[in-house]
Amino acid sequence: MKRSPEPLVWLAFSGGGMAAALLVPVLLFLFGLAFPLGWIEPPSEEHLVALVRHPITKLVLFGLCALGLFHFAHRFRYTLYDGLKLKRFAVLIAAVCYGAAVVGSVASAIVLLSV
Amino acid sequence: MSTITMEVTRYRPGEDSEPTVQSYEVPLRKEWAVLDGLNHIKDHLDGTLSYRWSCRMGICGSCGMTVNGRPVLSCASFLVDYAPGPVRVEPLRNFPVIRDLVVDISDFMEKLPRVKPWLIADPPEEGEFLQTPEEMDEYKKYSMCINCMLCYSACPVYALEPEFLGPAAIALGQRYNLDSRDHGAEDRRDVLASAEGAWACTFVGECSTACPKGVDPAGAIQRYKLTAAVAAMKDFLMPRGARR
Repeated sequence: MKRSPEPLVWLAFSGGGMAAALLVPVLLFLFGLAFPLGWIEPPSEEHLVALVRHPITKLVLFGLCALGLFHFAHRFRYTLYDGLKLKRFAVLIAAVCYGAAVVGSVASAIVLLSV
Repeated sequence: MSTITMEVTRYRPGEDSEPTVQSYEVPLRKEWAVLDGLNHIKDHLDGTLSYRWSCRMGICGSCGMTVNGRPVLSCASFLVDYAPGPVRVEPLRNFPVIRDLVVDISDFMEKLPRVKPWLIADPPEEGEFLQTPEEMDEYKKYSMCINCMLCYSACPVYALEPEFLGPAAIALGQRYNLDSRDHGAEDRRDVLASAEGAWACTFVGECSTACPKGVDPAGAIQRYKLTAAVAAMKDFLMPRGARR
């Protein structure tokens, strides 16, 4: 059987789609609408900082960032392959897409660890 | 009686330099499908028109055509739904044309046996295989495929990559993988989980939209991707002896 790295990136892709679908709308609603518009009393800054400093929060946020980025990378890769018919640059496209996801994941890890 | 114009693609490879369109005026009757219009042309207007059909009731899967740009069974698409017309009738896309509306599906016929679409099981010790209704529900919708090729015609991945195993073949592999009597999933894995198998699918979903029998090949393929991905992770993480 031809070994393909596809299962690994597909699991990251589908996990990212699931995580983003479940968490992003809630976070956007809270931090993009409800808190700034005063619909819900926003938590104090100390409370939020303490929450983000908890290891489980960091893990969840890192998982959301990393999986979400791999979701983007996978979908964008196939958009370039099939949508723009650039499959002849397959290796370069895969390297750039997943490379960007790795860079973004590392950046999110650095941000989360520095909080 | 009112009529409707049918614009039919005519093509004889090797004789015609390119496909041409021929228009026919056919009676517009509310009980007439596109196939009835074609039969009217064949019987009364132009006996040289070639197309495939057999059962005219959505079972045989031979009358698939592109009607007004969409892959449909011509026996299940009614002329009144295209009124006032004209109705454009073309051969199924993504297949070589043999003549007029007749396409060559030998690519699929070659791919289909690769997924071993039959029960791989030892016969029961005595009596017959028993199965609960729940066990049958697991695979029943995938077993409704009539090999009409509408999904291949609708699939943009198959259009770009003819090597792709394709929606119907993968769904039929899944039909047997999910059958409680079958033990062939491992035998089918090399083909279904290859780069040309389920992994080539980008989940556009047009196959399931086009399917006239509700098979949902796109769903079957996504489900198989999860199975294949979990199996690949097991291979990767577990020592050889502990697999299965």
